[in-house]
Amino acid sequence: MQWTRRHLLGLEGLGREEIVTVLDTATIFKEILDRPVKKVPTLRGVTIANLFFEASTRTRMSFELAEKRLSADTINFSASTSSVKKGETLRDTARNIEAMMVDMVVMRHSSAGAPHFLAKHIDASIINAGDGTHEHPTQALLDLFTMREHVGDLKGKKVVIVGDVLHSRVARSDVWGLCAMGADVALVGPTTFMPSEIEKMGAVVSHDLEEATAGADIVNILRIQRERQDGGFLPSLREYTRLFGVTAERVARMRDDVVIMHPGPINRGVELAPDVADGERSVILEQVTNGVAVRMAVLYLLSRVRASERTEETELLAEVKV
Amino acid sequence: MSRILVKGGRVVDPVVGVDDTLDLVIDGGKIGEVSKSIEANDVETTVEADGLIVAPGLVDIHVHLREPGNEDAETIESGARAAAHGGVTTVAAMPNTDPPIDSASWVEFVATRPAAVSVHPIAAITMGRRGKQLTEMSELRDAGAVAFSDDGCSVLDAGLMRRALDYARMVGLPVISHCEDPTLAGSGTANESYSSTRAGLTPVPAAAEEVMVARDIILARTTGARLHVAHISTAGSVELVRRAKADGVPITCETCPHYFSLTDEEVLSYDSSVRVNPPLRSAADVRAVRAGLADGTIDAVASDHAPHTHEDKEVEFDAAPPGMIGLETLLPVTLTHLVLEKVLDLNRAITLLTAGPAGVLGLAAGTLSPGANADVCIIDPTATRTIEPSWFVSKSRNSPWIGRELQGFAVTTIRRGEIVSAEYDRAGGDAGADTEDRARRRGKLAVHA
Repeated sequence: MQWTRRHLLGLEGLGREEIVTVLDTATIFKEILDRPVKKVPTLRGVTIANLFFEASTRTRMSFELAEKRLSADTINFSASTSSVKKGETLRDTARNIEAMMVDMVVMRHSSAGAPHFLAKHIDASIINAGDGTHEHPTQALLDLFTMREHVGDLKGKKVVIVGDVLHSRVARSDVWGLCAMGADVALVGPTTFMPSEIEKMGAVVSHDLEEATAGADIVNILRIQRERQDGGFLPSLREYTRLFGVTAERVARMRDDVVIMHPGPINRGVELAPDVADGERSVILEQVTNGVAVRMAVLYLLSRVRASERTEETELLAEVKV
Repeated sequence: MSRILVKGGRVVDPVVGVDDTLDLVIDGGKIGEVSKSIEANDVETTVEADGLIVAPGLVDIHVHLREPGNEDAETIESGARAAAHGGVTTVAAMPNTDPPIDSASWVEFVATRPAAVSVHPIAAITMGRRGKQLTEMSELRDAGAVAFSDDGCSVLDAGLMRRALDYARMVGLPVISHCEDPTLAGSGTANESYSSTRAGLTPVPAAAEEVMVARDIILARTTGARLHVAHISTAGSVELVRRAKADGVPITCETCPHYFSLTDEEVLSYDSSVRVNPPLRSAADVRAVRAGLADGTIDAVASDHAPHTHEDKEVEFDAAPPGMIGLETLLPVTLTHLVLEKVLDLNRAITLLTAGPAGVLGLAAGTLSPGANADVCIIDPTATRTIEPSWFVSKSRNSPWIGRELQGFAVTTIRRGEIVSAEYDRAGGDAGADTEDRARRRGKLAVHA
């Protein structure tokens, strides 16, 4: 198995082998979730802190469930109840967490690079659960997992990501992951939602939804935040929907077996029509289920690296004593 | 006041057109004789400068000394010591303190604080730097202000900027413009580029700077006022200034060491020491800035020394205040990245650090001609050093150069005939027991009682 990293800060730089390792591991864990007793003792004695400095429901619940399925001890920390509101710095918060002998930290933060900052300051393994508009690696991994379940090997498969790429950490992680897997990636959305030089990541950019989705194996639709029309990025949500909304009519012109995905939460009727979201091509709820298995896989793989470090330390100490 | 003989150095003074191995006598705080083999018996101090460069004391026209208001990060006294350590003998201090320097009494405060180097106050263009009402420019000038700037932000109201330039023309001082359109820059923290996309940092387009440079060039042409553009960082800004100069617009501009040595890829580390405003730009911008330095479009290199406490900077990238300290690395970064990389010859580099900036603000500094103030920077061009936090004299340590190697350092700084910094007497942090040997080897600096 190919996994030697102690943190998962992003998918940038991850190779195909590493991603396949996570997906294969997740396949094993997904089988556990189908059992009557959905719990294994894999992470018994491991303490995990879930630090959510930004509101999150599904990601936080998904991680928490993954941790509990693996028998880890978990503590939760969210910005609304924390000392952050009292003016404590991230560094001090981190040091306090560390003083509690936490092994792993799952972190969501509104600042890009906040998990990298944390990784520099504490010894625990860090999992990025979304940092600003940078990355959301576990979301991308669960996307890749779901895609693989439906279309097999992603090499050469045509994947279209639609929406607000500029403000999307999911899009960035998806592009890194898909490119590493050898997929052909197209990003579709208005010009105002395309980050500078995004093509360099390996994707092509289009502003024509129908053209881009013709022949696509997978269409992944990003959430459009309602406040974007106030920032001058969009004339109106109505205009966005007219150009880029994924409607049943448009899906009918796509491949018959196209897979429709969305990281959630959905703005029904804006980026995605309700009948498509709930329709037979949609795998949106499967993504949620798979998210738990994928996060179990990530937690397991990172904990194994920590455990092997500790074993080496112990062996080293033993040698010194001899 | 002591007599000092600086012996056997390569004296470089682009103003006089000197570049030769010469001796130099300092007497009564002024430059005396400069010639071959001066035999002087009545000197108190002889500085053996064999193998060293003897240049005019450096002039840094863009520094933030944080006093009044943020003395934890820097004071005028500590900033001046940092300047001396970096070979800088004259600084112009920006008015974005707390409170801002917008009254005669605050100008006098800055101008008269005890300091190891000459500190010239720059006063605000508008009261409180709020961009609403002009300051009392003539009184500020009489109190010692050498220019006006609302540095940190642009005067957004074009009509008011036009009046400011018009009025400053009467007062006879330049206006220094921080060119940044906040409607384009937004809350951005990184240059709009593949780097900002990869890092997921909110982008600042080059246009945020260039739109204001263009506007202010047009206003300078309209008013005939002296405009100086601070810290230009993009290829477009360089080109705008180049064309304006060709058109005869009364404009000068500066850039900073980080805009010709570092690129926006630095932000991928999320290290807040590279969070600066304007942001580090692309490799193409760096090349254009270098070309502008070489062809005379850019008149001065200034540090934009911006001290911040460790507590303020040790935070998430986008929460960190922008700015980096630079007084002490101004010279070595210029020598390492412009002279060693053969972008400029030594004479041009020295000009950009001395006579160039002195000319921008009309300061009596930047030359070693006889009778001039004895401000001298003695440089060891071969000295290399990996920058460590403890090497800095500034109260702050927010430098992107920590951990990187630079070559060419000031070893002795003389201001108005007094040695205000010398490598041999620096305590702590600096090579410890090795110091004397180092002085002998590099500085060859002998002090006679």
